[in-house]
Amino acid sequence: MSQGLVTMSYIVASILFILSLSGLSNQETARRGNYYGMAGMLIAIIATLLSESVTAYAILIVALLIGGFIGAKAAFKVEMTQMPELVAIMHSLVGMAAVLVGYANFIDHSSTLSGVEKTIHEVEIYVGVLIGAITFSGSVIAFGKLCGKISGKPILLPGRHLLNLGMIALFIWLGNLFLTGAETGGGLWPLIFMTLIAFAFGVHMVMAIGGADMPVVVSMLNSYSGWAAAATGFMLSNDLLIVTGALVGSSGAILSYIMCRAMNRHFLSVIAGGFGSDNAGEAAEVEGEVQSVDTADVVDMLRDAKNIVIIPGYGMAVAQAQHTVYEITKLLREQNKQVRFAIHPVAGRMPGHMNVLLAEAKVPYDIVYEMEEINEDFPNVDVTLVIGANDIVNPSALDDPNSPIAGMPVLECWKGKATIVLKRSMAAGYAGVGNPLFVHENTRMLFGDANESLQAVLKGLQQ
Amino acid sequence: MKIGIPKEIHKGEQRVAATPDSAAKLIKLGFDVILETQAGVGADIPDAAYEEVGVKIEKDVNKLWRDADIILKVRAPQKHTALKYDEVDLMHEGQVLISFIWPAQNKKLLERLAAKKVTVLAVDSIPRLSRAQKMDALSSMANIAGYRAVVEAAQHFGRFFTGQITAAGRIPPAKVLVIGAGVAGLAAIGAAKSLGAVVRAFDTRPEVKEQIESMDAEFLMLDVEEDGSGSGGYAKTMSEEFIKAEMALFAEQAKDVDIIITTALIPGKPAPTLITEEMVKSMKPGSVIVDLAAEQGGNCALTKKDRIVTEHGVTIIGYTNLPSRMANQASQLYGTNLRHLLADLCPKKNGKLVINMDDEVIRGATVIKEGQITWPPPPPKLSAAPQKAEAAKPKTEEAPPEPKPALPEGVKQLLLLGALAGALYGIGSVAPESFMAHFTVFVLTCFVGYQVIWNVTPSLHTPLMSVTNAISGIIIIGAILQISSPGFMITLLSGLAVLIASINIAGGFLVTRRMLEMFRK
Repeated sequence: MSQGLVTMSYIVASILFILSLSGLSNQETARRGNYYGMAGMLIAIIATLLSESVTAYAILIVALLIGGFIGAKAAFKVEMTQMPELVAIMHSLVGMAAVLVGYANFIDHSSTLSGVEKTIHEVEIYVGVLIGAITFSGSVIAFGKLCGKISGKPILLPGRHLLNLGMIALFIWLGNLFLTGAETGGGLWPLIFMTLIAFAFGVHMVMAIGGADMPVVVSMLNSYSGWAAAATGFMLSNDLLIVTGALVGSSGAILSYIMCRAMNRHFLSVIAGGFGSDNAGEAAEVEGEVQSVDTADVVDMLRDAKNIVIIPGYGMAVAQAQHTVYEITKLLREQNKQVRFAIHPVAGRMPGHMNVLLAEAKVPYDIVYEMEEINEDFPNVDVTLVIGANDIVNPSALDDPNSPIAGMPVLECWKGKATIVLKRSMAAGYAGVGNPLFVHENTRMLFGDANESLQAVLKGLQQ
Repeated sequence: MKIGIPKEIHKGEQRVAATPDSAAKLIKLGFDVILETQAGVGADIPDAAYEEVGVKIEKDVNKLWRDADIILKVRAPQKHTALKYDEVDLMHEGQVLISFIWPAQNKKLLERLAAKKVTVLAVDSIPRLSRAQKMDALSSMANIAGYRAVVEAAQHFGRFFTGQITAAGRIPPAKVLVIGAGVAGLAAIGAAKSLGAVVRAFDTRPEVKEQIESMDAEFLMLDVEEDGSGSGGYAKTMSEEFIKAEMALFAEQAKDVDIIITTALIPGKPAPTLITEEMVKSMKPGSVIVDLAAEQGGNCALTKKDRIVTEHGVTIIGYTNLPSRMANQASQLYGTNLRHLLADLCPKKNGKLVINMDDEVIRGATVIKEGQITWPPPPPKLSAAPQKAEAAKPKTEEAPPEPKPALPEGVKQLLLLGALAGALYGIGSVAPESFMAHFTVFVLTCFVGYQVIWNVTPSLHTPLMSVTNAISGIIIIGAILQISSPGFMITLLSGLAVLIASINIAGGFLVTRRMLEMFRK
């Protein structure tokens, strides 16, 4: 295939990717968007395979088949509750691929660049490897935190800001060494050192971020993986890579921004990490009596209610309770009760996490509401069922200026007539903040595993 | 506590202060409810319907007034014309009365009630705050009056409202002028509009222009600039010049329109005369005027209170009991308003009344507290903004002082933009042509990405992320291009990159597909 045809195919692929992303922003067109993306990828890969510069077909096909098989298997096997982990580990793969391609390109001396072009090319390699390495190690740590292998608590080294600054200074110094070394054909060692430090940087950055900020981290790493692809594109002077990388990079950045805004936090303060540790004022202690109930009371409350809202949180994902929740929803809806779901933008550990779980349980998405759509309605709600959520229903976000989550918009379920909170125990949420909702006069606590409790409620309702 | 609901004794009054629905809710609040027998008949609600929800039916009026701790009524207490008893005399010390009172017009009644050492809450005095909307009986009654006004007009108007072209000739649509676009006016506009009439409306408050236009009616403008908004969402008296211009407008309109519905009221004052006899004369024969201000003297000079008169060929309707002419609907709304008020008065839901004079709504409604006349209340604070700012102040003082930014936000942004532009020019000055081409593509795509993603629905965040993840596997292209270069290390590294990137591509797209399959309506 001539270079002209390859370039043409790249243009088609780029357009398909753009269509894919725009399709994904709407329920009706989402599936079509996904197919556009697949088609674009297929065209891009086939065109590249057929281009004149590719000859090593055997090894290529083998690698493609193995990789494709592993990917497909993972996609079919993964539990919906484990989506955040899967997404995080996939980001790390992109990062690693960027590092590998960067090294391969550096070792490859067949290019005939000189002067400024050569320097720019080397800077591109350096930056590509740097971003790739940070993405890789950061995503691995995020993966570990999401599946519980690493504690979700932020780990804060003393003087961590200085440490970060020091590492950035090292990056610049090593970059200089690398460039002067590359002039004379060397420069491999500075590149390796930089890669190691970048790994450490990624680890350190994600370690310092608390579990509650995980949605931001995941989308931020998503953005990084895009920038890594874009940097690789510059390195190889390949416009398709630049276009695609920039698309993914900017979409991830916007998602992170949306998440941050949902939590009323500044993007930089999330990245700098250390949630809740810098607060000068003492957050008010939560005082009051917890009123606990058993499942029979919950059944009665649900029977008497006409207007019910369910607020799912990470606890529902952990207990795998989404199917039971939907069974209860169906039953209540058959009795002509209005049942709606209220989703906080940062519920769960990944943007849109709850929507995916509810969709898995076949909850129709027109009874799933966003925070802004439903918050005004709470005074009319008879019973709100909070399943394993904590910080997103915390009234102190609005009333207590010293609370670490002050100013974050929350679901104002305490304005309703009654709230039932399903919770394992009285432990604080990820943010480590006490929740006055639990001692509110209209709140009843139902302790125990969410799925078991809900099973009992379902049984009670069926009788 | 016991709530007593007597039958209304005002002539022609069909409404009742509680429906079975609202009574059931009152019982839920912990009250006992006693109803005078046949009290709901005017509103087509039989005693049995009340009994079903647990209301006690009482045959003896005197006993009902004696037993009840709280009396719910529609009309203010008055003398029974036939039976010669006065409701005020039936009251006893400590009793609470909730009904329309109109304290400004009924000073004598207020004094007599005070002498009885009772507590009186006037539903017409509830301040018009957004919090109190659920108990705003004036609005619910005005809504009915506005609707009914159109129905009455239609009955006395000899033509269709809607325009038609039929085999028997063309029928022009009726032209309706609504003066005063309060709740009643807007309800009238809506009703007339839905019958198909051409509706024009006038109001002295310019801010209602939008509301009128939202109902698809035409807002009549005056050339004179003056804002007629008074406190509490009501209109105030206008200047002479304004009134002159206004009257000229009405005179001109009177010649053109078929139906005029007037709803102009200024609180505590007789209704302004807007339609003079001259104007009535100029109207086409068969036209109809419905005067909703008849109670306060009428907006039309020829209005006779509670009567329909025909002057100069124009039918002038002066009914003051329009809500009562839709007694069932009116009772339902009024009962619900009262129920909301009682719910606020009984915060513990234990059937005990707490008259909290610090509550602005309750303070406004209470015109007599245990024999002390507390009317008029201090003026309601309608503008919530300054109050809020005050409330927020102590909060910010408690909060840790925010680190002051060294530069104001605008300057910071300018500096940032400047730095960015500087950096771009810096690159541009040294970079070769080939790089700039790529760079152009890069910057443009960032913008495309921004535009495309910005409107994504939150429920799709996860699929979006996994799809972008799959797409960022495009890095495989880089690896494929490298793999054929000479050298074992390069092949190895690129081969590995191809492998992991293809995991990403296959996994990402397939898991997205799986997720999207689950989303359904």
